[in-house]
Amino acid sequence: MSEYVAPMSDIKFVLQELAGLEEISQLPGCEDASLDTAEAILEEAGKFASEVLSPLNRVGDTNGPRWDNGEVTTSPGWKEAYKQFVEGGWNAFSCEPEYGGQGLPKLLATAVMEMWKSANMAFALCPMLTAGAIEALMLSGSDEQKNMYLPKMISGEWTGTMNLTEPNAGSDLAAVRTRAEPQGDGTYKIFGQKIFITYGEHDLTDNIIHLVLARLPDAPEGVKGISLFVVPKFLLNEDGTPGKRNDVHCVSIEHKRGIHGSPTAVLAFGDNGGAIGTLVGELNRGLEYMFIMMNEARFAVGMEGLGISERAYQKATEYARERIQGAEPGVRGGPKVPIIRFPDVRRMLLSIRSQTEAMRALAYTVAAATDRAHCSPDEKVRAENQAFVELMTPVVKGWLTETGIELASAGVQVHGGMGFIEETGAAQYLRDARITTIYEGTTGIQANDLIGRKTARDGGETVKAVLAQMRQTLQEVAACKEPHFARIHKMLEEGINALEAAMAYIVATFKPDIKAASAGAVPYLKLFGIVAGGWLMARASVIAQKKLAAGEGDANFYKAKIATTRFYADHVLAMAPALSRVVTEGAEGVMALEEDWF
Amino acid sequence: MKKVLVPIKRVVDYNVKVRVKADGSGVETANVKMSMNPFDEIAVEAAVRLKEAGSAEEVVVVSCGIAACQDILRQAMAMGADRAILIESDAELQPLAVAKLLKAVCDKETPDMVICGKQAIDDDSNQAGQMLSALLGWSQATFASEIKLEGDKVQVSREIDGGMETLSISMPAVITTDLRLNEPRFASLPNIMKAKKKPLETIKAADMGVDIAPRLKTLKVGEPPARSAGVIVADVAELVAKLKNEAKVI
Repeated sequence: MSEYVAPMSDIKFVLQELAGLEEISQLPGCEDASLDTAEAILEEAGKFASEVLSPLNRVGDTNGPRWDNGEVTTSPGWKEAYKQFVEGGWNAFSCEPEYGGQGLPKLLATAVMEMWKSANMAFALCPMLTAGAIEALMLSGSDEQKNMYLPKMISGEWTGTMNLTEPNAGSDLAAVRTRAEPQGDGTYKIFGQKIFITYGEHDLTDNIIHLVLARLPDAPEGVKGISLFVVPKFLLNEDGTPGKRNDVHCVSIEHKRGIHGSPTAVLAFGDNGGAIGTLVGELNRGLEYMFIMMNEARFAVGMEGLGISERAYQKATEYARERIQGAEPGVRGGPKVPIIRFPDVRRMLLSIRSQTEAMRALAYTVAAATDRAHCSPDEKVRAENQAFVELMTPVVKGWLTETGIELASAGVQVHGGMGFIEETGAAQYLRDARITTIYEGTTGIQANDLIGRKTARDGGETVKAVLAQMRQTLQEVAACKEPHFARIHKMLEEGINALEAAMAYIVATFKPDIKAASAGAVPYLKLFGIVAGGWLMARASVIAQKKLAAGEGDANFYKAKIATTRFYADHVLAMAPALSRVVTEGAEGVMALEEDWF
Repeated sequence: MKKVLVPIKRVVDYNVKVRVKADGSGVETANVKMSMNPFDEIAVEAAVRLKEAGSAEEVVVVSCGIAACQDILRQAMAMGADRAILIESDAELQPLAVAKLLKAVCDKETPDMVICGKQAIDDDSNQAGQMLSALLGWSQATFASEIKLEGDKVQVSREIDGGMETLSISMPAVITTDLRLNEPRFASLPNIMKAKKKPLETIKAADMGVDIAPRLKTLKVGEPPARSAGVIVADVAELVAKLKNEAKVI
């Protein structure tokens, strides 16, 4: 089976030309990310992804982790690969230098993250969850907690988990029932059961640091009564080394549709007297801390949609070039040709390619905005970028993952019957992608966030600022007189108008008729993604045209970028007006059916 | 041992399907992924391991070619080499020219050992190492699959047609690496960052006082002939007849 190869040309193009890596590398604290260093890092990460992580992707799928009496053994080869990952220093990529991190900007980390996700999504989940736990401790942990846990978690010698979900507390975390009893010595005893804990138990490291949501016996009901605790698998000795086994045990691991390589644990806390934990931050503010961290995690899950799509594209394209079947349409009795000659196969491949490129453009643009929001010396720039990041996070999470499933499915379709056969490998991408629209907040939850907190709350002001940027690009497109640009302009303009109309509807409807607004929330999210992707593809094409005119770089790459944008305009942006109608006219249809009639 | 010198070459990446230029003047390298010659990567790894084992104090990498060769020099330093020298030239450098340039570097740097790849995967010349040893008058051991230091001698196991041969040679020496000598490491992220700060000296090839004019002239570069279609034979007798009369192999 062919291994993943990092799409270096497009990654570098988007980093440098579209997202502005050079400008980011001049921000205070980001100086290490100069272009030549970035290239060296990308090359080495690409090599690691292709040669170490990618060959283990199918191993994890077919020979997943095994549970035996509370212990979990990961797939063959994973322990060694994880060790190499840690020794390579990759886990520390964008973490704080103060605790041993490399402190590289989010933009560059995003490109490297894409490679891990493409090469082996189930493996990449482990560092992703550790990153979430690191983030939570960085934001809210005490100095003592930071010193105890962060250096080993940042190096990757210990992993981290996020314990939120319980059987009766999924999307509604207010229902969390896990109990924390104060011991009077500053520690707490934790009792309860948590489910769906990614890498909740494994043999990759000699300690696992669980972050756990729980309530004190006298805590207020609902979201305002939930606190966050750090509960290590092994309690630490005085010298910081793992000591006594804590009372948290893996009861079982789940059988899942995909990401078989990633152990999903049911964890029992306190079955033998109580798991010892310490409070993170202040009492009853656990959910609040969790939500600060959640933006990062949601972005990272969005990246899984991109990673899977890229992998699906590589596999489908290779197959379409090799598979010989039938004569070229219109050539009667002609020689048999590879299926890539058939317009419908081209359409499917371009559908994957164009949307993968659009997703990359959007994700990297948001990553660059995150760096500006953190590092820019100008307060106004920081605030604008922070608003942009917050607006786009549910779009990145929701649109990239929903699209990722569609594209992985298209990848199977290109293979025909062979795609349905597991040995081919295309089916695994589709199965792995399936979880991405569910965990870290379903698409419905993302869409609710998008219409409420991100669109209606400020009366659409942040969205309007983005629309203004889109119209700016529209003018630049209008200035290009070369082939394809007129069409790209027309379709983008229609898309922007469609998004504007949908936004206005959401802002106007949200308060008086929340059900009507909610009924169109997911279509609004998809519309937002499609138009934002089209905007950035159009920007990319304008840049490509300038490069072509200047005779710089790889002409074929730039021509392909424009041609791919043309396809996106005709086949993807074309959906925008329809989605806008669904948002603005579709609510009645959703609410008309009586509940009893279902 | 004080110093090991490792010459490295920037070549078309081994994953790239090489295309011949339309005018037949050579191989297409514009917008093609380039990387360190894989045998040279093995040589860097061997030298770094000698250093890590305490057998060598310093590892110096050197590359002859265009300014872009800095990429692979940085990569070698990320793997563990201490410093780098770029002998910059835009001209075509043939094996003899490279050997002469390297000799000049050796005269200045006085390494105890030169470890280089046995050949570069672009032109497969397999000459520079041997020529360098002849120009220097040093011992040589080619196609090494094991290198062991024994006092002031070095024992090299080398792959030959019938099996393995072990040589004991005196230093200074030139050793060329074969595929099975080691498996080069991945550079770690902190080492990639450190490599940025390691010294990289650039010297113009023209200032080396060496005649690097090409001695060979490339007349034409072409694709290998495409394989022609096979034929289906009716029976074994026809196959035997064809092997005997047409292919003349039996």
